[in-house]
Amino acid sequence: MARTPGPYAGTEGVLISMSIFKRMSTIFRAKANKALDKAEDPRETLDYSYQKQLELLQKVRRGVADVATSRKRVELQAAQLQSQSDKLHSQAQKALSMGREDLAREALTRRSGLQGQIEGLQAQHAQLQGEEEKLTLASQRLQAKVESFRTRKETIKATYTAAEAQTRINEAFSGISEEMSDVGLAVQRAEDKTAQMQARAGAIDELLASGALDDVTGTGTDNITLELDRMASTSDVESELASMKAQLGGSEAPKQLSQENAQPPAQQSAVQDTVQPAQQPAQQPAQQPQDGDAR
Amino acid sequence: MIVRIMGEGQWKLADDKVDTLNEVDAKLEAAVSAGDQGGFESSFAALLDLVRGQGEKLSDDDLHDSDVILPPSDSTLAEMKELISGDGLIAG
Repeated sequence: MARTPGPYAGTEGVLISMSIFKRMSTIFRAKANKALDKAEDPRETLDYSYQKQLELLQKVRRGVADVATSRKRVELQAAQLQSQSDKLHSQAQKALSMGREDLAREALTRRSGLQGQIEGLQAQHAQLQGEEEKLTLASQRLQAKVESFRTRKETIKATYTAAEAQTRINEAFSGISEEMSDVGLAVQRAEDKTAQMQARAGAIDELLASGALDDVTGTGTDNITLELDRMASTSDVESELASMKAQLGGSEAPKQLSQENAQPPAQQSAVQDTVQPAQQPAQQPAQQPQDGDAR
Repeated sequence: MIVRIMGEGQWKLADDKVDTLNEVDAKLEAAVSAGDQGGFESSFAALLDLVRGQGEKLSDDDLHDSDVILPPSDSTLAEMKELISGDGLIAG
């Protein structure tokens, strides 16, 4: 439509660029007209187009659901990696408090690798969220136009006269057709982006499933955890031994340890209480420190 | 004049805004032709802002077609170049 012919006759750059953007709208309109030309009775095309509109609406809604699924998957993966990262962090703290800087360093090094992946997932998540919002809005816009088209379609059919039908149908068509092309492209772009991310998400799923990450941070089986547990047991044993030695004042021989279990001296149980307040008040034999040690 | 920003909707732009639109558009075209990423980003953003800021948003159920259609706001320089070269984003 040449509603504004004047301003386009500016510099050549303006002419080229704007004419491209104008041509895009011409292409949209041509598609609408092509659909119209096929039908013998223009009224049939109204119903046919309406059917197409509903199909597209379904497609957009499916698109929204697909992107949401991908988003949730990325969320889940990020949460899994995050909990592993948190675990490594607390392991590092524990190791450091036990004076094992080497272990702490190892844990933090592994953690920094995970952090990189978590950041990647967060970026993907933001992108998917953006696509989801865009498609949701696109589906709302299309829905509004489809409703509007349906109303107009019914009016046209009710008051149909061959003379004016073509013009009115044309008007109704061009607007909705443009919207449909727009939404169609939006769905396409979202699908492309989601497909790229699914490939990456698949790689992380494989990594999680392969146990490669469990090895690093799995429940109680990785080497940092084992080492910390072993050290915890050892140091508990050592401190228990030390406190026992202190109570005995070095005056009694180790061979009397078994007898000690039968007669709890008040002083000794007080010491034990400060070390392990939640444990049974009865004395544990020194030979079984693992049962009561703090993990 | 009705302008569509793909993926966003349609705006009605008063005729006296069209000169400004053309100015910004000339910058965009120059930047895209020159492959100037920074210039493309700033002029494309300016073009979109102009339409969104100066235009009056058409309601979603409006069935008017557009005089000008602008590509989606997240279009890349490469996509824009393709558009300018005439192969058309929308041809299909």
